[in-house]
Formats: sequence, C-alpha cells, structure tokens
Amino acid sequence: MKTLSANAMVGGLFVGAFVIAACIGSVWTPYDPMALDMKARLAGPSIQHLLGADEFGRDVLSRLMLGASASGIVSLATVAIATVLGTALGSISGYLGGWTDRVLVAVTNALLAFPGILLALGLLAIFGANKYGIVLALGIAYTPSVARIVRGTVLSLREREFIDASRVSGDSEMYTLLRHILPNCLAPLTVLSTSMFGWTLLSESALSFLGLGVPPPAPTWGNMLAAARPYLAQAAWLAIFPGLCISIVLLGINLLGDALRDRLDPKMRGMQ
Amino acid sequence: MNTPTLLTVDRLVLGATAVATQVVSGVSLTLRRGERIGIVGESGSGKSMLMRAVIGLLPAGISKLGGIVRFEDRDMGDLQPEELRKLRGKGIGLIFQEPMTSLNPALTIGRQLEEGLALHTAMDAAERRIAILAMLRRVGIADPDAAVRAFPHEFSGGMRQRIMIASVMLLEPALLIADEPTTALDAVVQREVLELLHALVEEKGTAMVLISHDMAMVAQYTDRVLVMQKGVCVEEGATSELLRAPRHDYTRKLLSALPRRAPARSVVPRAPLASVRNMKLAYGSGSSAKAVLHGIDLDIHPGEIVALVGGSGSGKTTLGRIIAGLLQPNEGTLTFRGQAVNRKSGAYADYRANCQMVFQDPYSSLDPRMRVREIVAAPLRHEKSMLSTARRDRVIEVLSEVGLGPQFADRFPHQLSGGQRQRVAIARALARRPDLVIADEAVSALDMTVKAQILKLLSQLQEQQGFACLFISHDLGVVEQIADRVVVMHGGVIEEQGSRDDIFDRPTSSYTKKLLSAVPMLTPAAGGGIDLVWRAA
Amino acid sequence: MLRFILSRMGMAVPTVFLVAVVVFFLIRLVPGDPAALLLGDMASPESVAALRSDLGLDKNILAQFAIWLTNVFQGDLGTSITTKEPVAHLVIERFKVSAGIVLVAVALASLVAVPAGFIAALRQNSKLDLTLVSVAALLLSIPTFWLGLVILLIFGLKLGWLPVVGYVSVAEDPSRGLLYVLMPILTLFLHEIGVLVRMARASALEVLRLDYITHARAKGLPERTVLWRHVFPNAFAPTLTLIGLVLGNMLGGIAVVETVFTIPGLGRLLVDAIFGRDYPVIQGCLLFIAVIYVLVNLIVDLCYPLFDPRVKIT
Repeated sequence: MKTLSANAMVGGLFVGAFVIAACIGSVWTPYDPMALDMKARLAGPSIQHLLGADEFGRDVLSRLMLGASASGIVSLATVAIATVLGTALGSISGYLGGWTDRVLVAVTNALLAFPGILLALGLLAIFGANKYGIVLALGIAYTPSVARIVRGTVLSLREREFIDASRVSGDSEMYTLLRHILPNCLAPLTVLSTSMFGWTLLSESALSFLGLGVPPPAPTWGNMLAAARPYLAQAAWLAIFPGLCISIVLLGINLLGDALRDRLDPKMRGMQ
Repeated sequence: MNTPTLLTVDRLVLGATAVATQVVSGVSLTLRRGERIGIVGESGSGKSMLMRAVIGLLPAGISKLGGIVRFEDRDMGDLQPEELRKLRGKGIGLIFQEPMTSLNPALTIGRQLEEGLALHTAMDAAERRIAILAMLRRVGIADPDAAVRAFPHEFSGGMRQRIMIASVMLLEPALLIADEPTTALDAVVQREVLELLHALVEEKGTAMVLISHDMAMVAQYTDRVLVMQKGVCVEEGATSELLRAPRHDYTRKLLSALPRRAPARSVVPRAPLASVRNMKLAYGSGSSAKAVLHGIDLDIHPGEIVALVGGSGSGKTTLGRIIAGLLQPNEGTLTFRGQAVNRKSGAYADYRANCQMVFQDPYSSLDPRMRVREIVAAPLRHEKSMLSTARRDRVIEVLSEVGLGPQFADRFPHQLSGGQRQRVAIARALARRPDLVIADEAVSALDMTVKAQILKLLSQLQEQQGFACLFISHDLGVVEQIADRVVVMHGGVIEEQGSRDDIFDRPTSSYTKKLLSAVPMLTPAAGGGIDLVWRAA
Repeated sequence: MLRFILSRMGMAVPTVFLVAVVVFFLIRLVPGDPAALLLGDMASPESVAALRSDLGLDKNILAQFAIWLTNVFQGDLGTSITTKEPVAHLVIERFKVSAGIVLVAVALASLVAVPAGFIAALRQNSKLDLTLVSVAALLLSIPTFWLGLVILLIFGLKLGWLPVVGYVSVAEDPSRGLLYVLMPILTLFLHEIGVLVRMARASALEVLRLDYITHARAKGLPERTVLWRHVFPNAFAPTLTLIGLVLGNMLGGIAVVETVFTIPGLGRLLVDAIFGRDYPVIQGCLLFIAVIYVLVNLIVDLCYPLFDPRVKIT
C-alpha cells in the first residue's frame, strides 16, 4: 500500500505548485505588483505581460504570485488559531465530561448554528475588514468545528481499552490525556487541518471579493476578481486567471485531503 | 448413500486480484441432498469465502480465479445473472453471523420476510401472510402478529437471529449456508438457536453447511467435517471419526486447543487478598436508574484463580471494573489486605501497584502510537525508586516471561499478531509484579489455537509468580480449564459459587445448569482425539 | 408523535437562545457607545440619550439583554441607520429574494445529485463512478463567485441570452423576473451538485457494506429492488441531514453570488450593512439567518422518523 494514489499525486502537484508560487512571490515577482503603468492598461496576455495587465496596468502574474503568498499566510495563521483553540476546547470538553462538557457543547452548537461564513462576517463587523480581522474572524469561526471533531475523537478514544489500561496503571487523568489521547487525535486533526486550509482560502477569497477582506491595492485573488467584475466584457482574462488559480489550489487541497483521509482515517470519508 | 449430489465444488481458487494472494487455493467438496457438513477453521482460513463463492456473493476485491461450482447439476459459472438470482434464496439460503446488522432497520419484519416469498413463489398476499405467521411461530416468536409489524431494532440479538432463520427457511432452500450463525450470541442462547436451526433443517430435509471456528459446535450438528487452514482443506471426514482419530497435525492441534479440565489444585486457605462487600451500582439516576449490581459479596484469596462467569448483562464486567478501580460503586466497600481501598486513602497507591488488568481486545488495549517497550514500561513510571536501567531490564524480563524476545521491544502494536499483542498486554500487567490480576475476557477475542496458548501462558505465569487472578469470562470451557473456584453471576447477583469441580459436576442453581448445557465435556479418545459429552440442561 | 415534535422543538430552544446571546454580545464587543453605534454618526445627542434609556444602557448587561430579547420577540429588530426602515421588514423582504433562489437550487441539485451519488456508490470503482466523483470534486473546488462570473461571461456577455445587471422581482413580472434568477440558480445548482454527490455516495457506501444488503441479494432480489428498497431508505436519512446543512450553508454564503449578479438578497443586505456600519441590520441579519438555519435542521430532524424507524417518535 506504499504506492501513492492518483488523488495524492494530482493533489500534491497542485498544492506544491501553489506553495512554490507563494514562496517565490514573497521575494521576487516579474514586475512590481503595485507599479502603475497606464500604457499597459487592460493589456491582454502577451510576451511582456504573460497573464495580461489590469485596469491600472499592473502585471497580473506578479499580482497573482504576491496574492498567493498573502492568501497562504492568512490561511496558515487561521488554521493555526482554529486548531490550537479547537483542540484545547474539544479535548477538555470530551475528556472531563460533566458540566464543563455540557457548557462547551452548548456554546459550540450555538456557534455552529451560524451557517457557512456568516459568523466570520459578524466577527468582521467587530474586528474590521483587514488582514488581521480576517485571520481572527475565520480562526474563531472555525474553532467550533475543530472542537467538535476533537471532542468526538476523544470520546471514542476514551472507550478504547488502552485508556483504561493507563488508568489502571495509576496514571493521572491529565497524563492520560496528554500521553495517550492527544497523540491519537493527530490523524483526524491532520485531515481536518488540510480541509480547513482549503475552507479558509475559499472564505478569504470570498470575503476579499465582497470587499471585506484584505483592502486594495494589496493584491489577493479575491479582490482581484472583485476588481475584474466591471471589466468582464473588455478584459475577461482579469476574471479568468485569479478564479482559475483558486479553483486549482482548492481542487488540489480537496484531492490531497481525500487521500489523507483514506489513509489516516477511513471513518471520516465523505464528511465535510 | 444413493441420495443425489446437490453441490459439488471442484478445485476452487479464490483470490484478491489486486495484491495477487489466494484466499482459497483449490478446495473441493461434495454435498448430498439433506446432508449436513461443517467447515472448521480459524480466521484467515478462507472458510467463509468458500461458501460466499458458492452463492456468488464474493466481497469486492475478491474473485474466482479457477475451479467449478456445480449446484443441482448446473455449472454456476455458466448461469446468467438472472438465473443465478433465481437460485439465491430459493435454492441456496444464507445466514450471517451478526444478527444486529443482517436485517434492514428501515423495513418491518413482515415486509422483509415477504419479499422473498413474493419473488420466488406463486403465493398471494393472504397465503404469504399465513406462511410467515406460521414460520415465525415455528422459530419461537411469541406474538407473530405483532412481530410482522415490528422493526428489527425492537428485538434482542437472539430473537433477530431466529427471525433471520425464519426469513431464510421460509423459502425452503435445498441448501442452507450458516456462517458462524451463533458466534455473536450468549452461550445459552447459542445452544437454543442451534437446536432450532437443526430441528428446522431436519424437518425440511435441507442440506446445511455450518461454518464455524467452534469444533465442539460443529461436532454436535454435522455428519461430516472439513478442516480448513490458510485456504486449503487439510482434512475431511465423518465428524465422529475425525474427532476421535484426527489424521492431520493441524486437526490435532485444533482439537488439543479445545479447553479441558486440568487437575484440581489444592489451595491453602488464607485470609482473603481482596474482598468486596455489599457492592451496588446503578447506571443513570432517579426513576430511569438501571441497577446493574444488587449487593455483591466476593472474596479473592491469594494465589487462586477465581472465575467470574455469566451471560451478557450479568454484571460480571461491571464488578471487575469496580475492583480494578475504573468505576465507582454507589454503595459497598472494597478492601485489599484488610485495608479499605478508595481514592483518598493512603493505601491506594499500593493497591494500584498490586492490582493490574488484562483486557479483552488486544487490538484496542495497546496504544497504537507507542512501541512495545514503552507500553510495557508505562506502569513502571510509578515505581519512583526504580532506576531507568532497572526499568529497561524489567521490560526485557517480563517480555521473555510472556515468550517474546527482546527484538519485539521496538515494534509497534500493528506489527504484531493478535496473540503477540495479548502477550504484550499480559507483560504490561505483570511489569510491577502485582498480587492481583483481573483478566476481563482476556482470551475471548482470540483464535482457537492462539487462545489455548495464551491460556496456557496465563496459568504457567500464575503458577510461577503466585498472583491471584480474577478471570472474567462467558466461556465455560475456558473457565473449566483454568479456574480453581467459580462464581456464577446472573442479573446482578451471585447465583452460585464454589470450587470448580463442585460447580461443573454438581451445580445446584438452574441457571448454572443451563449455562453448563451449552458446553460439552471433553475426554481423550483412543485415536488421539476426543469424545464429547453434553450435559443435560 | 406530538411529544416527539415538542421534545425536538424543545431541544432547539437553547440553541436559538444561545444564538441570540452571541448576536447581542457581538455588538457589545464593538468599541464605543452601543446607542451611538446603533444610531450612526449623524444622530443628535438627544436621540442617542433617548435610545440609551430605551436600551437600558444605564442598567446592568443582563437587564440590557432582557430588554433587547423582549423587543426581538415582539418582532422589533430596530431601525436601519442608512434607510431608516424597520430592520424586521427589510430582512423579510430581502429573505424572500434569497430563499427562492436557494430553495430552487438545492431542490434541483438534490434531484440530480442524490440518485447520481447512489448510482456511483452501487458501481463503486467503475468508470461511471470515477467520472461522477471527478466531476463532483471539480465542481466542489470552483468557488461560487468565480463560477458565477464565468456563467455571466458566457450567458450574459458572449451569448447575450440573459441580462447582466439589474433585478426584477419574480412576483412582479414572472417572465422577466425569471431571467434574472436563472444564472444565480445555475451557479448554486452546479456547486451544490459537487457537494451532494460526494455526500450521497458516501452514505450509500456506508449502507452497502452492511450484512442486510448481502442478505437482500442472497434472497435473490434484483439489484434494482436492493437499491430502492434496501439501500435508498437507509442512505437517505443521513443524506437528508446533509441537505439541511447545505441549505443553511447556502444562506450564509449567498452574499457572493448576489454580489456577482447584483441581486438585492439577504446576503447583500448584510454585506452592505457591514460596509455602512449599520449595526441594527447586521444584528437582524445574523439572528434571522441563524434562526432559519436552526429551523431547517429542526424540520429535517422532524422528518427523520419517516426514514429511520429506529428514531423513536414517542
């Protein structure tokens, strides 16, 4: 079973390309992504501007590369926040049980009763529409999902006999939690974090598209799409390329997530 | 012997095409009408796959690579899918192991029983209903009229298996394949269900293939036996002969793995090591509380093996978990060497060091992310005065005691077989040299031959190290082999207790008698095999 | 039966209550005087003072919450800062627009995707299965706002079949109104097919490996009967739950689609309110959408016993 599945290969390829583009984009781009050049305004793809230029004559490829690194960093930070907070809450809730559990579950359910990115939208109203606001809002919005999955994993692990064995040998509850339960949550957490990276990327683009994300002129794939909307008739490529980038990266992450899920956690198959 | 042949399997080969391994390699068998044969083997022997191939329902990934299956003089390989479907149910019926998942939860019993009749017979709705009610009554369903309107989840496992039998036998198939039909049931229920199955098959003149890991069960209900090992049929013969005079080594190994009584040991009477007094426990609270233990008194003496037996729901596992300190009782006391044990008392650390546990499922009792070395060393963490070199030596020492070389210390659980895992679990329990070991169904999940080895290991270690053992089990055969004393539990109370020989030879409680009727007595036969005698209920 | 309905409704009450708590405190978390926030920058000091006493801002936070909750129960979600309309009215009007689009899209997507997912599961690893799974993965990975733009580009600009900007209510002018909602419906429909095919396939696969399916086949039932009588009822119950979740998630994420097609729906109302710092509208939208989501899930829960007799209705 050491052969890589087609999912993992295609997914890895797409995600790898994204990571490389983001890394390069953070240090070098063909043009200055912010440099205005009115001569190149709405220029189509050509040798000079491989993917064309936007309404201010800025190089689309350069902006896409810088956008990749911005989106990558925002998504990583969001996933980190949600994973750390969610794991802490979920494991405490699942392992302690009793009233702590009931309160945390009630709060989790209330937060999960806000569908999709709605909670993030609400939080953005407080934090303000910028890079940090997005990270905080999305991080908090995804925390309940992580907490719920970690709690479920902890509950099912608690039924396993090696947890009883640890208790019989005299280990304290905290030791059992840290030594036996949390390490065994790693597999589902890896799967979840991968999917969450995709959700964040999508939500960040959606929020930027709505104008509630990273404010212009700093490029993100989402606000590039939003800016392209008025020029759809004259310069369709402005809308095509950023969307294509988002779709390819999301497809890569979804495929990679499926492959990870199949390998690490067959029970989570097909869940979102 | 001039009854016509019903089924012929000729050099059947089944394999997983993806990884090029064979699960059945060239097995042949013939079955006459009305004949009953058993197929015995351990997990991985291919016994279930063989019969799945006969009915043409192999799981995905496994396919027929060679050989011929003939049923009623027709080559099953030549049949169109349509013809094959007509044969299923009507010609060949199949009963599964797990009654909890073999009935569709979304349909009433009536509809599920009816669909086969509607498909295969010309009966009209009224006739079908009459046939269904009669069959349900025949399999021992108290209120058939209510049962046809009920859903599967409203019945217990034993009842569901009866319904399953009704569903299959309604179509009066010429051949019935019963794949471990009672393995998931309690011992007493097992016997009842098998008796029913046997009677029905006899009535209708159905041929039966009984697939089982349980040699004693197959012996009771079949005329002929095939013994399978790793996809090959190693021995075939008339049941009574094969049992008494096995020819193949593997058959002999299987038969010797059947538990049998060891000579009684004399135990010097001493003050109890651990005592339980008036132990009560109920799950839930208020009016919905469900009492599990109704005031249990139990003594465990130093150096003895006490077996706690009973069916599911008897409370035996709950009592074991209380003694292990995993559950808090509502009422009652536990004393160890005369001192009360509770979490606050100073004696608790000493008790923790001296009371260890071996669990049922070796696949779940070892942390999958730890190496064997860490697993066995884990309890030693609490031996504060022990040097790390001494700990390392102790790990190697207990591993060798359980028959595992030092090379196993660096493996992960998934790299071990079921038997090896259970050895690791025993090593972990013995690492701190406890005085009391609680073994909760410690051999129930293991294959026959492995079970015999682990049982032998456990009694050897007990002999050498002299710990007391509370051996919790539903399997009376195993208990008969290993226990000094037997405590029978039923419905949260102790029905009867006494020395092993008293309980097995002179039971007084009717519940004990019923339990005993489900296990045969084994005596060595002249041919190197065994004779089986069943006790009356 | 009645007891079952009441108990399920009872279980939804604490969630709704907690949702209300979250929405209430969300606004209290914004730095500044809530009364000034709720009235906007243009408000006179007198009206701020009046609202302060109306909201009970001089009392403690629990009393403030009680006042707010009482108002909400009376259908008073406050007044919009920008349009001066009652928020409740605004929310309902905009919801009608969004709900129509979402419901039609989910209904159509379910009709196509659920059978497709089941068939894919039944033929697991066949070419058909592979194709369906790949198409679903692809559709799932395309963000709705981009899919919308591409559809707009093709049908609106290149082919010129459908209007690119503007909106006409279906209720006012059915034939023209329909033209404006076709593209958003198509966008959501395509996206949800991606989600639902995967989910339906997974539920069916769960069921297919159970013994009773083999038992049904061992009885000689044709595959068609096995699928419709034994697989479908058991796989449909979990799928129904997922459709409920999808429906709710769509309401949360519809803002982007409404932005692409310039449709005055609930999502757009919320986003504009965030832009305009119109806090009463933000509160109203959040509360309304969350309550709708809870309600949808409640309805799904109430339908559950129809498909799964193990769920006790007494």
